[in-house]
Amino acid sequence: MTRKITCIICPRGCEMTVDYEGKKVNSVKGNACPRGSVYAENEILSPVRTLTSTVLCEDGSVIAVKTDKPIPKELIFECMKEINKVRVQKSVSAPDIVIENILGTGANVIITGGEI
Amino acid sequence: MQRYDIAIIGAGVVGAMIARTLSAYKLKICILEKENDVSMGASKANSAIVHAGFDAAVGSLKAKLNVRGSEMMEDVARELGVKYKRVGSLVVGFSEDDRKVLEKLLERGIENGVKDLRIIGKEELHEIEPNLSDEASSALVAPTGAIICPYGLTIAAIGNAMDNGAELMCDFEVSDITDVGDAYEIKSSDGQTVSASKVINCAGIYSDKIAAMVGDNSISITPRRGEYILLDRDCGTFFNHTVFTVPTPLGKGILISPTADGNLILGPTAENIDEKDDRSTTSSGLAAVTAAAKKDAPNVPLNKAITSFTGLRAVGNTGDFIIRPFGDKFINVAGIESPGLSAAPAIALYVKDILAELGVKFTENESFNPIRKSYHFFKELSEDDKREYIKAHPAFGKIVCRCETISEGEIIDALTRNPRATDIDGVKRRTRSGMGRCQGGFCMPSVTEIIAREYGCPFTTVTKNGGDSVINISKTK
Amino acid sequence: MELIFHRKVLIIVMSTNNKKVQLAIIGGGPAGMSAAVAAHEAGVRDILILERDQRLGGILPQCIHNGFGLHRFGEELTGPEYARRYSELVRKYEIPYMLNTTVLSLTRDRKITAVSESEGLFNIEADAVILAMGCRERPRGALNIAGSRPAGIYSAGTAQKFVNMKGYLPGKSVVILGSGDIGLIMARRMTLEGAEVKAVCELMPYSGGLARNIEQCLNDFSIPLKFSHTVVKIHGEKRLSGVTIAAVDENRRPIEGSEEFIECDTLLLSVGLIPENELTRGADIELDSVTGGAKVDQNRQTDAEGIFACGNVLHVHDLVDYVSEEAAIAGKAAADFIFGKKSEKISIKLNCDGKVRYTVPRVITEAKDVNVYFRVSNVFRDSYIVVKDGENEIFRRKKIKFAPGEMETVKITEAMIKNAKGDTLSLSIE
Repeated sequence: MTRKITCIICPRGCEMTVDYEGKKVNSVKGNACPRGSVYAENEILSPVRTLTSTVLCEDGSVIAVKTDKPIPKELIFECMKEINKVRVQKSVSAPDIVIENILGTGANVIITGGEI
Repeated sequence: MQRYDIAIIGAGVVGAMIARTLSAYKLKICILEKENDVSMGASKANSAIVHAGFDAAVGSLKAKLNVRGSEMMEDVARELGVKYKRVGSLVVGFSEDDRKVLEKLLERGIENGVKDLRIIGKEELHEIEPNLSDEASSALVAPTGAIICPYGLTIAAIGNAMDNGAELMCDFEVSDITDVGDAYEIKSSDGQTVSASKVINCAGIYSDKIAAMVGDNSISITPRRGEYILLDRDCGTFFNHTVFTVPTPLGKGILISPTADGNLILGPTAENIDEKDDRSTTSSGLAAVTAAAKKDAPNVPLNKAITSFTGLRAVGNTGDFIIRPFGDKFINVAGIESPGLSAAPAIALYVKDILAELGVKFTENESFNPIRKSYHFFKELSEDDKREYIKAHPAFGKIVCRCETISEGEIIDALTRNPRATDIDGVKRRTRSGMGRCQGGFCMPSVTEIIAREYGCPFTTVTKNGGDSVINISKTK
Repeated sequence: MELIFHRKVLIIVMSTNNKKVQLAIIGGGPAGMSAAVAAHEAGVRDILILERDQRLGGILPQCIHNGFGLHRFGEELTGPEYARRYSELVRKYEIPYMLNTTVLSLTRDRKITAVSESEGLFNIEADAVILAMGCRERPRGALNIAGSRPAGIYSAGTAQKFVNMKGYLPGKSVVILGSGDIGLIMARRMTLEGAEVKAVCELMPYSGGLARNIEQCLNDFSIPLKFSHTVVKIHGEKRLSGVTIAAVDENRRPIEGSEEFIECDTLLLSVGLIPENELTRGADIELDSVTGGAKVDQNRQTDAEGIFACGNVLHVHDLVDYVSEEAAIAGKAAADFIFGKKSEKISIKLNCDGKVRYTVPRVITEAKDVNVYFRVSNVFRDSYIVVKDGENEIFRRKKIKFAPGEMETVKITEAMIKNAKGDTLSLSIE
């Protein structure tokens, strides 16, 4: 089978063609760099995404967070539920960890926002 | 139940000017407005022109009150701190036939008492308006024509009336009026009641309904849709005058004019409609405006449009303003279509005369102060005075609206002074914040925050223009 | 001027209403900070950044998504993280900045009037000025969409500020007009916060945003992207109740009969960015009608000597990395100007064929390698960027796809400039 995949690794957005059978990738074409083929293989085997959102501070304001590594795509909404449960002190700052190993993905949710 | 000497139904420019005029006397006045702010009908969406007065039929109330109102307007605007500029107006003709119409207008204008009218030829016309189409061949010049901020005038007149003792009741939609002998009892749709010895119906496109509540079925009002396009503030110098083309039976045609705030306004279309609250714009209407504007001035910078809007003019069934008493304690001020804005100060005096005929005694209110501080007073200060003012009032040094350079101090002023703004649009009409080229993109979150803070209400209850028009529906977390 | 350190933040205490500085930078976003850092590294010590917001970073603090910095730092950062890379340098170098300070006017001879709550109204005379005010979003009015004027219509960036900075959700069911990057990013963001994004309509047959954002913000969440579609009518009295969308023909006119009503309470507009050049215009600096920014040379100097411009106030960039890169050029050049460095002046104009919409710079005044930024007017596949000196082709490079949403660069080398026969080099897509 073949599938067209737009690479999201960098702004170049290479349009790649992946040839695969089941979970076995035969070839990746159209990528301008090696990161593209890794991304394409991941997209076939188990797609991952970095999740960014905000968490609530005790004073009612919000502060930006992200997962410090990509998480399985299918867990995005489950992770959002976890992130929405969190309450942090106003004194947190980047890159404090607010959730360790979220849903066993190996990724931590860390503060990115706050004072610039 | 509160008893008033005078109840004015409708806080448009007519009701506002009447309220202000009457507040100079010892009268207990209330103004009943169905919307959550004043100037929410035709007074907020119109051409913003003070007409010279050559249009209306000789001898009509329109003619008489327009010419008189236009003469009064400069002083009124100054007292109330409202932006007004006597830029003069042109009616431009493209053909010999048009020229004949211009001559008729000139004749009529002179009979109506309009000063300094004259017709000019092509050469002079293009000298004073170089951006006009080459096809334009003659024009009627009316130097007394002017431009004004119409909602600024309405808000200021209501504010001035309130400062002098009148009471404003917003969200008071009159649903029933009962004759109780020496007064009328006026009920709102949400169950409030006031009573008043005299009632003045200034309800704009709803004035026929209000008249019918006291049994006067002689009035019918047709809303006439007028669509406008507003161009950026750097386009206000495109034309030096208000430029009309020769009139049609439906109105004065599509005009192009600088506004008192320095924008360029194009419009209106003229379309009679059935719905009294359909203020939507239409693609055909906006196309008609752009087509007409391009005909008058092919290089009009339409790409600088910042907003479009629709106004509904209240067209009466007599062809003239309908200003007359019904019985001995009710006055209709209905069918106030164009030139209603121009005539408003004169309409107020005319109504005062009718009230006198109906037996109202006018005793001077010694504490009456006709002067009101402009919402734009800070901008009008010298640099040194601004410096001093910010030292005393630091919020005036915190710019919230970048496009129009409006400070937090000016926004708080709009939220605290009579009549208080309660929502984003109310702040916008008073201060111009959000009225610039980004149309609130940058300042809306800050203004929302300031409103929530000043009123001590949750962020999610701040609205654009009352009712269900919330800006944010919930917290994210 | 006295400098005080207070909790790692520099505060400036002004003693009088008139100040002199060597370099004034208007705007403390990514462009302003990068320009300041570059000027400092080139030896300028008397710098003042004027920032109207309550923090440095410009629009970056509300861009909480990742994808910034790959080009500049070789890693993926979120907006606030990217901003911090520069603000840390600004603080390390002790470059003074004033927050909550709005510049009201600028003159051609580099006099600035500014205002803030704490300092009031004050004037600055600068030896050099860098304009770094950024851009703003095109509002609804510019589109003249028919219909009512209810609450619920926001530019995508306004919604982004509400959601990411204030923690409020503007609406629950959303249509987005325009496929600019902020619109795409907000499609995902609103979805993550529980809203339903029903469609993204794009007037053009191609996207104005990056391909990766269509992939990860729309496709990941099965949000339909309708090319050659627009919103033709707004419905709802107080709050938006829906929009009518329609397909458009090749002239971008709605096709009768293709109308479709979509119920929604929110319409986000992502229909273009406009450089914010009020101050520039006030200083009577010549603007480029295509970019909306100043006309500049390779040093990003405007036609007013000693006034430079960089970042989105000059032309809208697709990536902040390029903003930083460009701002560093302006910062270094401002330093050279302040120190009176002169070079031999030449004048080579850069022309575009229309397929190349514009170039920055427009003119090259020194014989040295210049990275020329440009944007194209349509999608061109398997095409070449070609540079010609008169009829003579001097450079050609193939690309699989040129797209309007992406900023391209081509290097005009010192040799090309030195060998130019005429005073004009032309860029075209073939």
